[in-house]
Amino acid sequence: MKKVTVHITLKQGVLDPQGKAIQESLNSLGYQEIQEARVGKYIELQVEDGPDLEARVKEMCDKLLANPVIEDYSISTEGARQS
Amino acid sequence: MKFAVIVFPGSNCDRDMYHAVKEILQEEADLVWYQEANLENYDAILLPGGFSYGDYLRSGAVASTSAVMKQIKKHAAEGKPVLGVCNGFQVLTEAELLPGAMMRNKHLSFMCHQESLVVENDNSIFTTGYKKGEVVRFPIAHGEGNYFCDEEILEELKANNQIAFTYQNNPNGSVADIAGIINKAGNVLGMMPHPERAVEALLGSDDGVKLFQSMIQNWRDTYARNA
Repeated sequence: MKKVTVHITLKQGVLDPQGKAIQESLNSLGYQEIQEARVGKYIELQVEDGPDLEARVKEMCDKLLANPVIEDYSISTEGARQS
Repeated sequence: MKFAVIVFPGSNCDRDMYHAVKEILQEEADLVWYQEANLENYDAILLPGGFSYGDYLRSGAVASTSAVMKQIKKHAAEGKPVLGVCNGFQVLTEAELLPGAMMRNKHLSFMCHQESLVVENDNSIFTTGYKKGEVVRFPIAHGEGNYFCDEEILEELKANNQIAFTYQNNPNGSVADIAGIINKAGNVLGMMPHPERAVEALLGSDDGVKLFQSMIQNWRDTYARNA
């Protein structure tokens, strides 16, 4: 098994109203150094290992996990092979 | 004309849709549970509003991958009418039957009130009952109705006259005030405002009746011509 994590974020240039609200809240708490906040999703998958693991996860992202019209994603694989 | 109202887990405007076509328009209609759906004998498919799968992942995303979507895509490819309202619109964009995507409303709040819409296209099977430029009142009820598409798609929508309705006072931040769009072939309409909740004066507006009447009339004209 491998642990694969997928990070999904709104594309740069796409307005992120949640991020904007968080930025403004942080600013109002006095953290003026926050210039921007962007909100994304984190999805953790336990996957049976295989030769085309990354390609399959990429396919899952394109088909369901991310919406390519508004979102970008990155995939990272970690963890050693377990018996 | 026989309508199928597809019911997903979490659909909650299915009965309003059913009421509109069955009781107000006096047409045949069935509520069809998505897993048992056989859509072969229906003339039109209605995707109601609600929160299919609790809006998990993204509104409409999970429903768009369900088996019934294959039948809906086939139905759409055959040129038969498909109307998606609110969550139905979200499902249609996620299923790529319509371009673009839905985002959270500009001010993040769920909104539920009447909006004035401008009819932009009076030449589709859904809108021949209206006049271009006519202002109609439909309720909206959504948290993620902020329609987004890139410049290229927007130009395409304009060039092909695919924008059906725009908001007079854009409540959610949608690109180009878009409230509803039609696919290129002209037989799939998605819109965030609820025509099915504007079918009786009692409800505050009956401007939605003409949308359903247009579908029925155009279907009859086509059907009569082909028969």
